[in-house]
Amino acid sequence: MSEVIKVGMADLKTCLPPNTVTTLGLGSCVGVAIRDTSNKVGGLAHVMLPDSTAIKNSQTNIAKFADTGVVELVRQMEALGAVRRRMVAKIAGGAMMFATSSKSAAMQVGERNAEAVKKALKELGIPILAEDTGLNYGRTVIFNPETGDFVIKTAGKGEKVI
Amino acid sequence: MGELNLEQVSEQYYDVLKELGNIGAGNAMTALSQMLNCKIDMRVPKVELLEFNQVGEAVGGDEQIMVGVFLGVEGDITGSMLFLVEVESAKHLIDKIMPGMTQAGTEFSEMELSAMQEIGNIITGAYLNSLATITNLTIFPSPPALTVDMAAAIMSVPAIEFGIYGDNILLIQSQFFDEVEIDGYFVLVPDIESYERILSSLGISL
Repeated sequence: MSEVIKVGMADLKTCLPPNTVTTLGLGSCVGVAIRDTSNKVGGLAHVMLPDSTAIKNSQTNIAKFADTGVVELVRQMEALGAVRRRMVAKIAGGAMMFATSSKSAAMQVGERNAEAVKKALKELGIPILAEDTGLNYGRTVIFNPETGDFVIKTAGKGEKVI
Repeated sequence: MGELNLEQVSEQYYDVLKELGNIGAGNAMTALSQMLNCKIDMRVPKVELLEFNQVGEAVGGDEQIMVGVFLGVEGDITGSMLFLVEVESAKHLIDKIMPGMTQAGTEFSEMELSAMQEIGNIITGAYLNSLATITNLTIFPSPPALTVDMAAAIMSVPAIEFGIYGDNILLIQSQFFDEVEIDGYFVLVPDIESYERILSSLGISL
């Protein structure tokens, strides 16, 4: 029996086949799916904010930030036997949910999240095979570490696999 | 700022915030029932300290499709305000304003969306005005922005603002309904420094 592992907002989970891992309703947050293409160890992080170093409060959850969340997911995958040079990533989310003139910096957090995730992956030497980021709608994602399929479902904007 | 620790907000402050939610939503409901010319009730508002992964469930479920109207709030109180209604309830509201003009199904026409935006504008305006009056603080809402999307995706917008301060989000939430059941929520999300201002304007010191 395969299980669908659920990742919440500001959360991350590793996943082994035949299980899949999902996160529901990504808005401005970014979902980062990583897998080892050889032994199929996978994982998914749901990050909310780009940069942990911009935040003074130190006692916070590291899964919340793009920089620390991606590193922690890779660390947990390595603990399960994944090897970094065999890892590949797919990312989704980072939407601007509301087009408003107010609070422009806060509103562009989706774009900044996606940039920060790309930077963190680049620093780890993990290539991004596909992405579905930006625009103005939410996404539910399901990642299959066996095949690498990253299914993206939306409300009224169709479904696709990247 | 940020000295206010959300985990330590006492019962008393919850009660004050709940009462503000009650007054704000009560005024919004009055505006809505005048506009629709029908009676609308609301449940006792909830003030909840939630973890981020609970915010979708708090407003009907992570993947529940909702119509969301968002306003940024500036002035003495800063933060955001959301008015969320389920798709069927939104159709029902629009039909009350423009009888016979709504299309069937779950899609919305441009006209329906602008009607919904206007409904959101009027009732969130009533909510925020009553809050400004009672606290004697200035509140300037931004023009409303609207989206139809999954609850968790909509709620990620205020959640991210709280993410800067900690690992929880404090929501003042009011649910309302009429005789035909309109399921909707007001979610007021003041920034953390605004809580201190709200409470001190009411003569309560932290």
